[in-house]
Formats: sequence, structure tokens, C-alpha cells
Amino acid sequence: MDAILLQILNGLDKGSAYALIALGLTLIFGTLGVVNFAHGALFMIGAFCAVTLQKIFNLSYEVIDETQTDFLGNPLKVKTPYVESWFGPEMGATIIDWSVPLSILFAIPIMLMVGYVMERGLIKHFYKRPHADQILVTFGLAIVLQEIIKYFFGANPIQTPPPAALSGSVDLGLALGFDPNAIVYPIWRLVYFLFAVVIIGGVFSFLQFTTFGMVVRAGMADRETVGLLGINIDRRFTIMFGIAAAVAGLAGVMYGPLNPPNYHMGMDFLVLSFVVVVVGGMGSLPGAVLAGFLLGILESFASTTWATTTIPGINQIIIYLVAIIVLLTRPRGLMGRKGVMEE
Amino acid sequence: MAILKVKDVSKRFGGLKALSDVNLSVEENSVHAIIGPNGAGKSTLLNCLVGKLIPDTGSVLFDNQSVLGREPYQINQMGISRVFQTPEIFGDLTVMENMLIPIFAMRDGAFRMHAYETIANEKEVLEQAEAMLEEMNMADKRHMHAASLSRGDKRRLEIGMCLSQKPRLLLLDEPTAGMARADTNNTIDLLKQIKDERDITIAIIEHDMHVVFSLAERITVLAQGTPLVEDTPENIRGNPKVREAYLGEAA
Amino acid sequence: MLGLNKKDTSLLIVVAILTLLAPFILNPFPSDSAMAQFNAGYPDLMQRFVIFGIFAIGFNILFGLTGYLSFGHAAFLGVGSYSAVWMFKLLSYNVIPAIALSVVVAGLFSVLIGYISLRRSGIYFSILTLAFAQMSFALAYSVLSNPKFNLTNGETGLQVYADDPQILQGANAPDLPHLFGLPMRATYTMDVGAWSFDFNAGYYLCAVIMMVVFYLAIRIFRSPFGMMLRAVKSNQQRMNYTGLNSKPYTLAAFVISGMYAGLAGGLMAAMDPLAGAERMQWTASGEVVLMTILGGTGTLIGPVLGAGFIKYFENIFSKINDNVLHSWFAFLPDGLEDAVVFIIHPFIGKGWHLTLGILFMLVVIYLPGGLVEGGQRLLNWIRRKSVGGDDTREGKTEPAE
Repeated sequence: MDAILLQILNGLDKGSAYALIALGLTLIFGTLGVVNFAHGALFMIGAFCAVTLQKIFNLSYEVIDETQTDFLGNPLKVKTPYVESWFGPEMGATIIDWSVPLSILFAIPIMLMVGYVMERGLIKHFYKRPHADQILVTFGLAIVLQEIIKYFFGANPIQTPPPAALSGSVDLGLALGFDPNAIVYPIWRLVYFLFAVVIIGGVFSFLQFTTFGMVVRAGMADRETVGLLGINIDRRFTIMFGIAAAVAGLAGVMYGPLNPPNYHMGMDFLVLSFVVVVVGGMGSLPGAVLAGFLLGILESFASTTWATTTIPGINQIIIYLVAIIVLLTRPRGLMGRKGVMEE
Repeated sequence: MAILKVKDVSKRFGGLKALSDVNLSVEENSVHAIIGPNGAGKSTLLNCLVGKLIPDTGSVLFDNQSVLGREPYQINQMGISRVFQTPEIFGDLTVMENMLIPIFAMRDGAFRMHAYETIANEKEVLEQAEAMLEEMNMADKRHMHAASLSRGDKRRLEIGMCLSQKPRLLLLDEPTAGMARADTNNTIDLLKQIKDERDITIAIIEHDMHVVFSLAERITVLAQGTPLVEDTPENIRGNPKVREAYLGEAA
Repeated sequence: MLGLNKKDTSLLIVVAILTLLAPFILNPFPSDSAMAQFNAGYPDLMQRFVIFGIFAIGFNILFGLTGYLSFGHAAFLGVGSYSAVWMFKLLSYNVIPAIALSVVVAGLFSVLIGYISLRRSGIYFSILTLAFAQMSFALAYSVLSNPKFNLTNGETGLQVYADDPQILQGANAPDLPHLFGLPMRATYTMDVGAWSFDFNAGYYLCAVIMMVVFYLAIRIFRSPFGMMLRAVKSNQQRMNYTGLNSKPYTLAAFVISGMYAGLAGGLMAAMDPLAGAERMQWTASGEVVLMTILGGTGTLIGPVLGAGFIKYFENIFSKINDNVLHSWFAFLPDGLEDAVVFIIHPFIGKGWHLTLGILFMLVVIYLPGGLVEGGQRLLNWIRRKSVGGDDTREGKTEPAE
């Protein structure tokens, strides 16, 4: 029982990332009717927002401290980050420590802007073109974005540690009444999951309870009719694209401490997230979220020693296998609507 | 002799009964029109005839063979050709190629790996296509992309493609919908000419009374998913029930 | 000639002449001049030109004719390579059985994947093929590489070891891939003055095979079968109501293009007897998509051009560094020179993929017909300029081939 629970928990962090990216993909597909192969790149840009902010916080100036010497006998150069001299050493150190969560504030305007520019500058011109063209041009864009990041940040993964207070693990099993050490769970994974839940909840309530969201949902169901009502659907859709970009970006920001960001992380997640969208049902938001978590958890079960010794490498193919089976038996996915991309 | 027999066909979509107990028979070499107000079930009936929908109950016999459960391409091979409401042609291909495809389909069946042949060497097929283009008055447009044709020409091309397969039954789904008066009259003339020159049965679903009364020999009036009357155009014109259900509404 | 019309015959002849004379054409600069770095006439690179050309020609039969965008064609390339290396391991280093098996195995594999993937179309088809390719990659990389059952040799890649059976390997046969005794690496170097030209056995084998499959592609394009494939792309509904079953047509196109990919994979292994899983990764599938689109989808010569273009500039760009740039722009005033080099810097060397990505986007946006369309527009423009008359119609109604 506790072993099963542990695997479910282990699947939550990847599942959260899948769900968030798939949510954005579905929003874009449902509203704009565009298949966005550059969505993984947005996730990656988010992660690099955290890297950038961390670098900015660590910008330092050097002071030569005559009173001390280094091991060669020269006067010691002491590096002090600017934030420490501005906010005092203690406050400054805290800021640096909390750079990843702080990046959320930094990333939101950046991601909204990236999304806006992308939609107005490129995607807009592809509404009427075939899906194949959309796939191709966003595929090209994904390559460009990832190469730009590689140019500025290099090819190696960059460590983005979580705040000290949120690193380490907690014994969740003890709290739930299991034996001690049965379920030891890293705190940051918990944070990431809760963060994802908050974002998903936010997006859904935004769509559910605001008039803006209502129009968008109506537009997803029947674009033409809503257009006929004289509502400027396109502007709202542009904003939705920005929001979808921000969701992917935020998923990336917080993902850094789980896995050091590198330039190709976007592509790695994109392929899987597309599979998630298809399994969930193209155009279904709850389907995307559900499938994201389900596949994340499934992957976690397939990664257990028992599974990998029975079928070596099952963890690497399980998601594709499930996707193929789902696509062939339930072409509309788990929760797909009738009439959306039937063929 | 009846070439097409529809017996007790019913079709439901969820709670909506689109067709209930439809009985209909189309005589060989006649022009039979099916008319009815919007939502009468005309399109549903047509889709049941060509294999796109399978009725819940009843049977559809073409030349005493059931068409139910067959794929559209198999039904076509039995001798039924369909003309769509908006012309369905191969827009990216030239007019000539559009005409060649049905002829190759007739010669070679549903699938053949004729990759070793070269179109330019298949003289017999080329001649047939050429003849049909001439008949449709489109020979001078043979190198144009079909998508760049006018609406009326697209319709002519589609009808020509269907005729090139020498079908025994030609189904037309509102062939003049959205056409200008002149194009409509041209289409009527073309269909009259086809009727006179060929051994062919034509079943036509139409909204435009002008078209129906200029062509049809028999008319079935469909209302709320069930046939109201079936008679000659003269009698339909005078039938009070039809007036009430359909013409009266329009007048 | 050979059942082709005049235009196609001349196209085939031009391609034949260009491929056969490639060692000369690609080495226009004397070997010790500064421009020698732009030469592309080394065996290794020339082999890549034609092998990727074959890959792209095959991909174009599927995507260009039927419009089905596969994002998983690298899987067939990889399967072809693995089959060829297994032939080397089991039989002998002779390339003929190896290449034959790679085509057959890739064909069977594509029947399986195609049969399942083609049950859906549009974006679902793209994602299904992508999923299959990624799965094949994972299978090759880890699942099928364990002590009990080692089919792919995992990370190291499949290669021939001294203790492999090689039951047909003759005592005197070369210990590397050969064609009835002629090693694929055999290269005759001809020095003419300051120039030097390499004639490589492997390249000529690939070139001859490419010409054969290019000829087959022309025949497919001009056959009723090819026309049916274009009908699939244009209007499947009309096709089905015309008594044609579009499914077997699409599957046939899929299998043919899978066999082309397998052939390319087999040739790769024949040039260098090593097969790795990375050959199956979806970036490799993406590459053939780029080549085909860049060259011109649905045209005969486009994919070959695209493959050559990408492989050539990939090679050249990786060689250009800041020093080379400085020497080019030395005529500019110092400050300006530095600025120009600074701007160009991100796009060269390791930045080739950035350039490629941008180029690809520009092509998709502005030139959907690729290089072939670009060439035609240029030709029309020149013709109009010189004649002064209006003959734009011709360019429009003539299908781009």
C-alpha cells in the first residue's frame, strides 16, 4: 500500500509538468486552432527565466580585503553580490536563496510578452494555413528558440537549487500513519505539485467565472457563432495565447530545482506533452490535465525496479505504448469532444 | 422495374428521429426528385443510400442487392455515382487529371499498384477522358487547376467525372444550391441532355422548385422524416397536403 | 528514354551528370588555397549528400504526394542501418546482402507502423508516427540491448567484432565493407595542377543507387499510381465516392518511402559499419522534413536539392569561425569589421542550427514551394525582364516539377 502511494507521489512532479504544458497546448489548439510545436520551447524559456534571475542576483563586485590573504599570499579578493550590499547581507542572502520562487514574478511579464509577440508576429498568419504548415513553422521556431538559449547559456545543464527551507525531504508516511521512512518525499516535489494545482485551478476558475473566460469557452465550442455575435474573439484569443505561454513558462520556472535546465528540455517535454494532449483528447482541458497526471504516474510505476527487471526499459516506452493504444481504440482520447479534429 | 428500393428505413440521432419508415422506389431510367422542407431528412436519406450512414432498421436495395454495410467506394462500384452539394473535385489536380481518375478507377478497381505504368502511355484512358471533356465543353480548360474553375464549371466537371464511370444511378444532392440563375439553367439543360442521351436513372434531392419541375418525372415529398406523397409533378402541384406541408409554407 | 518524356529524361540526365562529376564540381578550389575550405568533394561528405538525397526522395513520395506528414521516418533509417550491420556480423562484409536486407526489413517495419498510424490522419498521424519513432529509439537504446537479448548494443552502437560468425567472409576479402572485393573506402585521388579530386568507391555505389531510385521516383510521379496519391492529398472524400479505396494507396506510399529510408540507412552502414540508436531520434526525422520542405515538397528534384543544401552548409558553417570572418571583412574599417563579425558570429560555427531554423521558418512562411519555387520565380522574373512581356500564367498553371 505504501509502496503504491509512493509511486503515485513520485509520478506527481512529472505529471504536473505534463499537465501544465498540455493545458497550454490545448488552450492554444482549442482557441486558435493552431498546433504549436514551439510550446516546449516556452517551457524551457520559463526555466531559463529562473536561471537568468539567479545570475542577476549573483552579480557581484570585488573588493580587495588587505587584512586577509589567500593561499598564495596575495591580498584576498572578496566577491559581494550587489543584492547583499543593497539589502544587507542577511536579506541579500535570502533573496539569492529564494531566487527560483522569486522568478515567478519575473517570468510572468516576460512569458506574457513572449506569447504576445509570438502570436502577433507569427502564429496569426497561420490560422488559415493547413495544420501541417503550422506544425512546420512552429517546429522551426522551436529550433530557433532553443538555439538562442544555447547560444547564451551554453549546452550544459545549469543548477537552480530550491531555497534551503524547501530542499530536503519530509517523511510523509509518518504523517499518514505508515512506518517511518516508508514514504520519504522531497519537499520541492510537493511544492511543485501544489504550485501546479494552484495554476490549474486558477486557469479553470478564470475560464469558469469571468465573462472573458466564458467568451473564450464559447469560442472554443463554436468559433463562428461567437464571431457572429460581434465579439472580437481574436483579441481574446491573443490574450489566451499569452496566458498559455505563461502557464508553460511558470511550469518551467519551478521545474528547475527538480532537473537542472538545459536547452533541449523543451523538446524532450514537447513530444511527451503532445502525446498527453492526444491521450486526453484534443481540445479537452480537463482531459489534458487528467492525462498529464495519469501518464506521469504511469511512468513512475513503470520505473520501479520490479517493472524494469520484468521488461527492461518499459519506463521509456510506456507512455508511447499507452498513447498508441488509446489513439487506436478511443480516437477522441479520454475526454475528447465529438467533432474536434475527428479524422 | 425499380432499380433502387428503400424499405422501412429508420434512423435516429440520439432522441431525434431523422427518418421513420421510409419506403421509396426509383424506377429505372427515370428522373426521380425527393423534395421536402428543411429538416425533412433528405440528406440523411441520401447518406443512407451511399454508405455514409447505416440506417437503424430497414433495407436499401440497388438492383436487388443490399448496399447496407458497404463502404462508399464499394457502392460506387455497384453503379451509383454521387454529385455533392458543393462540388467535390480534386482541386490541386488539373481538369484532365480529374477526369482520368474515375476512368482509371473503373478500369483498375479500388486499388492497384499501377506504378509501372505511365499516364501518357495509357492511350485508351486518355481518349475516354478527352471525349468526356469534349462532351462537357471543357476541353480547352484541361490544363487548368480544378480549384481555379468557376462554380458552374466545377459542377460540370464533377458531373462529367461521375458520368465517365457510366453509372446506372446518378444521385444529385442539391446540384444548383448557391448558383446564379444562369448557372442553374445551364445545369438543368445539362441534366436534361444527360437524361435524353443515356440509359441512366437520376435521383435528385432539391430545394429549388424550378429545377424539380423542369426535370422530374416522379416526385417524393418528404416531411418530418417520412414520405408524405409520391406522384407525378402535375399531381404534386395540385396536392393540398403538399401545399400545406411545403409549398404553402413557401408561398 | 526508359519510358520517360523529354523533360524528365533531360532532368534525369542532368542529375546523372552532376552526381557522376560531383568530385570535380564540388572541388572547384585548388587544394592549398584559402578557399579550399569551401570544397565539398571529400568522400565522406559526398556520400552523405546522396544518402540523405535518397532518404528525402523517399520521404517526398509520402509527404509530397499524399500530404501525410510523418515525424517518425528516422525509425526506418535506423532499422535499415541495424539490419545492414547484422548482415555484416552474420554473413560477410559484402554490402549487397546488407543493403538488400535493410530495404526488406525497413519495408516490413513500415507495413506494421503504417498500418496502425494510417488509421488516423492529419495531426494525429504526425503524432502517432512521432510516438512510434520515439518508441523505436527507446527500444533500440535500452530495451533491446540487454545481456539476454542484445539486438542493438545500446549506447555503444552495433558494430562488427572479431568473434562474429561472418560465415561467408572469404579469407582474402577486405576486413571492411566491400562490393565483391572492392572496399567502400577505396579512393583514387587525381591531382591536376593545384587541384586534387577524390574518386571514392562508396560514393559511386551510393550515386548509382540514388540515380536508380530517382528514376523510380520519376516513374511513380508519372504513373496513375502517383496521380492517385496526389488525389489522396487533394480530396479523399471524392476519391472514396469514385470507387477508390484510399487506404491501400496511402499505405503503399508509406511503405515505399519507408523502404527508401531503409535503403539510406543500409547505405550509411555500408559506408561506415556502425549503427547507433541516435539515428532514430526524432531530431533525425525532423531533419528529413527540413530537407524536403527546403528543397520543394512534391517536386522531383526538390528533396535532392534540399538534402544537398543542408548537408553542404552544415559542413561549411561549422568551419567558419571568427578568424575567417575577420579575414573576409578586413576591407571594412576596424570598428565596423568587429561589429559585422559580432553580428554574424551567432549564426556560424556551432550556430548552424540557428541559421537553419531561421531559414526553414522563412521558407515555410514566404516560399512554401522551397528552393524549386524560388528558382522558378527567379527564372520567371528574369524572363519577364528580358522579354518585357507578361508570361506569369505559365508559371502558375504548370505544376512545379
